[in-house]
Amino acid sequence: MRFKFLTIFAAVALLAACETAPDESASGSGTGDTGGATATSTTTSTAPSTMKQMGPVPGSQEDLIVNVGDRVFFDFDKFSLGADARATLAKQAAWLQKFPSVSVTVEGHCDERGTREYNLALGERRANSVKDYLVALGVNPGRVTTISYGEERPVALGSNESAWAQNRRGVTAVTGGAGS
Amino acid sequence: MLTLSTTLRIRPFRLQAWAVLAVAWALALGAAHQARAELRIDITRGTVEPMPIAVSTFNADVPQDQAIGRDIAQVIAADLERSGLFAPVDSKAFIQRDLSVNTMPRFGDWRVINAQALVQGRVTRTADGGIRVVFRLWDVFAEEQMTALAFRSVAEGWRRLAHIIADRVYERITGESGYFDTRVVYIAESGPADRRKKRLAVMDQDGANHKFLTDGSYLVLTPRFSPTLQEITYLSYYNNTPRVYIFNIDTGHQELLGNFPGMTFAPRFSPDGKKVIMSMAKDGNTEIYTMDLRTRAVRKLTNHSAIDTSPSYSPDARRIVFNSDRGGSQQLYVMDANGGGVQRISYGQGRYATPVWSPRGDLVAFTKIQGGRFFIGVMRPDGSGERLLAEDFNIEAPTWSPNGRVLMYFRTTPRDDQGNGGSSKLYSIDLTGHNEREIITPIDASDPAWSPLIQ
Repeated sequence: MRFKFLTIFAAVALLAACETAPDESASGSGTGDTGGATATSTTTSTAPSTMKQMGPVPGSQEDLIVNVGDRVFFDFDKFSLGADARATLAKQAAWLQKFPSVSVTVEGHCDERGTREYNLALGERRANSVKDYLVALGVNPGRVTTISYGEERPVALGSNESAWAQNRRGVTAVTGGAGS
Repeated sequence: MLTLSTTLRIRPFRLQAWAVLAVAWALALGAAHQARAELRIDITRGTVEPMPIAVSTFNADVPQDQAIGRDIAQVIAADLERSGLFAPVDSKAFIQRDLSVNTMPRFGDWRVINAQALVQGRVTRTADGGIRVVFRLWDVFAEEQMTALAFRSVAEGWRRLAHIIADRVYERITGESGYFDTRVVYIAESGPADRRKKRLAVMDQDGANHKFLTDGSYLVLTPRFSPTLQEITYLSYYNNTPRVYIFNIDTGHQELLGNFPGMTFAPRFSPDGKKVIMSMAKDGNTEIYTMDLRTRAVRKLTNHSAIDTSPSYSPDARRIVFNSDRGGSQQLYVMDANGGGVQRISYGQGRYATPVWSPRGDLVAFTKIQGGRFFIGVMRPDGSGERLLAEDFNIEAPTWSPNGRVLMYFRTTPRDDQGNGGSSKLYSIDLTGHNEREIITPIDASDPAWSPLIQ
C-alpha cells in the first residue's frame, strides 16, 4: 500500500515538470491541513513577490510548501504517522529525490498542553518519525537533520483545539541546495 | 557578632567570602524572664493566622543612614508579610517613636497595638565608610529578647542585610530556616507566541536586583541554580543547536556542556554541585545521563525506548526522581543513583511531569495534567500522600524554596486566535496550599528556579 503510493507519487514527480495547483497539493495530502499550514508557515525561506508570477523556484521551500506540503500533523501526545501524514511524506520523498542537492531539517513541534521538557522529547520523536519515514522511502539519511522545538514555536496562536492540532506538527524545512 | 567583610559589593552573594564572627549579641538589657510559652508559629499547619509583628524603622544619626534604616525595615516587613506567616503592623499605628537599641522597649505601647513581636535596629557608619547594623527581636508579651545580632557591610549591602535579618526573624519564630536571602533565575519572555523572545534573567527572591543575563537572540529554557556556585545550567538554542550550557553569573561566561551527538536538555545539578544530570535525545529516543563537571565523564542511567526526562536528585544524592512514559503515559519514577531499581511512584488519574525532589527530602513536587487542567502538587517519594496545591489552565514547573516550605512556579493564561491574552507569570505558594503570591517581574516570566540559601 505504502509502496503503491510511493510509485504513484514518484511517477507524478517524474512527469511533473509543470505541476500545478495548490489545490492538487491540498487534496493530495488529504485534509485542509496543508492549505492552512501554507498560509501560516514560518519556515518560508524565499518567497519574493516577483517570483509569484512564474511560481516557486523548483527545489525551494516555497516549492515544497506549494506543490508538496511541508508539514504533517500528529494526534495529541502521539508521534505515529497517520495516513494523511504518510501521503504527504511520500510526496516529500519523491520531491527530495527530484532535487538530490536539497538537504532538509525536520522540525518537531508540540502543542502547549504538555510540560516543556517532555514536549522537547516528544518533538524530537515527531521529527524522527518524519525523518525515518523519508529514509524508508529512499531518502539518504545524510540529507535529513532533525530539531525539536517542543512547544516553543506554535504556528497557530490560539489556546483551543484547532490551534493545538495545527501546532502538533513535523515541518520539513529546506536548509541547503535550495533551487540553486 | 556577625560581621560582613568589606568585600561585599553591589551584588554580594558569597557569604563564605565574608568574615563571619557569629556570636549572639548579648547586651545585658536585663529582659524579664517569665515562665511563658515561647512565641512560635507552627508552619506545618494548614492555615495559620499571620502573626502581628511590628518592624520599626532602624534608627540612625544622619539622614543618609536614616534612609537606609527605613529601607531595611521595609524590606524586612515585606519579606515577612509575603511569607504569609506574619502580618506587619502599619507603622502609623506605632505609639513608641523613640525606640533605642540600648534601652528596653515600652512593651505596653506595643501590646496596645497588638504586636506580638517587635523588630528594631540601628544603622551606624564604620570608619571605612561601610555600615554597621544591629537588630533585636522582642517577644512583646513575654517582654523578652528573642535574638539580637550585629552585621557589617558596605553601604550597598543594606538590602541583603535586611533579607538576612528577615531570615533570622523567620528562623527564630518558626524554628525553620529562612529563604529570604536567596535569588531566583528564570526565563523572561516578550513578543508574540510564535516568535517569543526568551532571555535568561536573575533577581532576588522578592524581585529586586533584576538583571537580564542573555540578550534574547537565541532561545533559552529551563535554567537551574548550582547548589554551590554562582552558576546556572540551562538549555540554549545557540547556533540553532539545542544543548545544555553552564552560565557563570559573576563572569557572564557561557560554556557548552559536553559534546553530545544529540539534543541535551532538562539539566539539573547534583546536590553537591559536581555533576549535571540531564536528558539526551538521539534518533528520537530520550535517555537520562550524568556528566561529572570535573572529569567530564558521562554516564547513561536509563535504557528504555520510552521518553526518560526531567531528572532530579534526592538531597542525599542516592536516588533520582524522573519523568517517563514507559508505562504508556507520563508518570513519575524513582531510581537509584546508578540507574537501577526503577519504581513508578505516581498512580493517580492523569499525567504527571516535572518532578523535583524537596531539599528536605520528604516530598516530590510535580506538575499534573488531568482533564485539560494543570495542577501543582506534592507527594512523598514513595508516591503516597499526593496533595494538589494549585490548579489552572496552565501552571507548570515547581521549584522549591531552600527550606522546602514554599514552591514557585509559572502560570500561563490562554490566548485567543490572534494571540491576545496570553501572559506568563511567576507565583509562589506555601506547602500548605495557602498564600499564593505573584512574584512581580518586569516582563512575562516562566521556568523559575530558586537558588539555595546563600552561604
